[in-house]
Amino acid sequence: MSNMNTAMIEKYRNNFLKEVEANVEEGEWVKMCMQCGVCSGSCPLGPYWDHPPQEIFMMIRAGKREEVLSSSSMWMCTSCYNCIARCPRGLPITHIMHGLAHYADRLGLAPKEQPTRKFAKHFWDNLTKKGRVNELKLGLKLYFMNGFGEGIKTAMKMKDVGLGMWKSKRLSIGELWGGHSIKDTKGLHAILNKAREIEEAKAKKFEG
Amino acid sequence: MAKKEYSFYPGCSSQKAASASNYQVSIDSMCDVLDIQLNEIPDWNCCSASIGYAGGGELPRLALSARNMALSEQAHPDQDIVATCAACWLATKETQERLHDDSALMEETNQALAEAGLKVKADKNIRHMVEVLIEDIGYDELGSKVQKPLEGIKIAGYVGCQTNRPFGIAGESFENPKYLDKLVETMGADPVENYDRKVSCCGGALAFSEPEKSQALIKEIIEAAYDGGADMIVTPCPVCQMNVEVYQNHINKTYNTKFNMPVVYYSTLMSVAYGKSAKEAGLDGQVIRAKKLEEIAGK
Ligand code: SF4
Ligand code: SF4
Repeated sequence: MSNMNTAMIEKYRNNFLKEVEANVEEGEWVKMCMQCGVCSGSCPLGPYWDHPPQEIFMMIRAGKREEVLSSSSMWMCTSCYNCIARCPRGLPITHIMHGLAHYADRLGLAPKEQPTRKFAKHFWDNLTKKGRVNELKLGLKLYFMNGFGEGIKTAMKMKDVGLGMWKSKRLSIGELWGGHSIKDTKGLHAILNKAREIEEAKAKKFEG
Repeated sequence: MAKKEYSFYPGCSSQKAASASNYQVSIDSMCDVLDIQLNEIPDWNCCSASIGYAGGGELPRLALSARNMALSEQAHPDQDIVATCAACWLATKETQERLHDDSALMEETNQALAEAGLKVKADKNIRHMVEVLIEDIGYDELGSKVQKPLEGIKIAGYVGCQTNRPFGIAGESFENPKYLDKLVETMGADPVENYDRKVSCCGGALAFSEPEKSQALIKEIIEAAYDGGADMIVTPCPVCQMNVEVYQNHINKTYNTKFNMPVVYYSTLMSVAYGKSAKEAGLDGQVIRAKKLEEIAGK
């Protein structure tokens, strides 16, 4: 994916705003931000954001490409929609954060060890495989994503949660051997492949 | 009153032995009393919730919800889609609005759906179950079915994020939506007034990936309920329900608290008030048992 990164750097030179407008979901909204700062006070995990949304928008305009795309900030978004409800300019901030995170990941610039990045990618792989989420496998994947030793530790720490869920019949060990699935997985995969193909063809066009 | 029918999108967490299977049990009991028929969308798929973005780009994510809508249009052409999960509702409603407003996006989406012989119009409303209760049935009618008023129970209505923002329930404010409190009252229980974490975030999906940070948020939500004198918390969202209920042990260890606060769905309360058994109300699905509701259900 770093090929794509190089291609994008060449294509947009130092116009990062243009790059965001063309390639990031709802990116064309970024220039509408009037820097009032209301969104930045809205994030539930705000203290952990290196750059709150308002600052990210300013940095995009200032061409700070590396700093923005390699930031862990966007990955701290809990999708609470506080910002969207409050922004005086009506920016779809939540979606721009998701879009930036996705774009950074496609370019290979997103921080590799960011836990939400890893979790979110497992989630996508999990759901697209069978069309429905397998909560047990997703959970186990999550516990073990930092290696086996760490995984056992997390699993032990979480075992009371798992046990509680299992006792109340809200977690099934049967999920390990198959579990929930849609019937037409073939059709779903064909749809998703086509959607990705269309999206990539558009990005190619920008690469020109 | 005539039977009301809707095309139903249950979502992954409602499946058998999944994290909100108890929600589904109580929904079925509640709908039985209210004469609501939910027609499940055949072969529905996951909506990718609010966390699908890392792996899926815009179009693949929209295509997921579009497939559900297309299947619904095929099987139940005249029916609105109803979801019980906040994230399912939000993802599907967002897709519906975006496809409806953007013809280029609509065309691309249909190009993708054609690979499986599907086509979407996206012209039906996407509604949360709470909207059906309030708008199509109304508080008076909901109250008229109560057989066992939930007297003497104090309940904190935790609305959370995704049934509240960005769309919300018509006529409610983002800061202080009243519908849960009104439902609590309608069932004969006492709502906590001025519950100050009513619309705070529980961390959502980040409760998995950032457990400590999210549990700090969850702690505030539970603490505020105790401060208001609550016996339990009620919510309209499976993510909120799970996050606020199942980590209380961990929070107790970290913060030296003694939380043991049941967290139930509005449909749990309604099923019990409507005279259903504890099992029919999904009370056996509580990790922290709602004893006061069990008592009423057992009477
Ligand atoms: S609230 Fe809106 S206008 Fe204000 S800084 Fe944030 S994005 Fe910009
Ligand atoms: S949706 Fe994301 S960006 Fe917006 S306030 Fe919530 S955490 Fe912050």
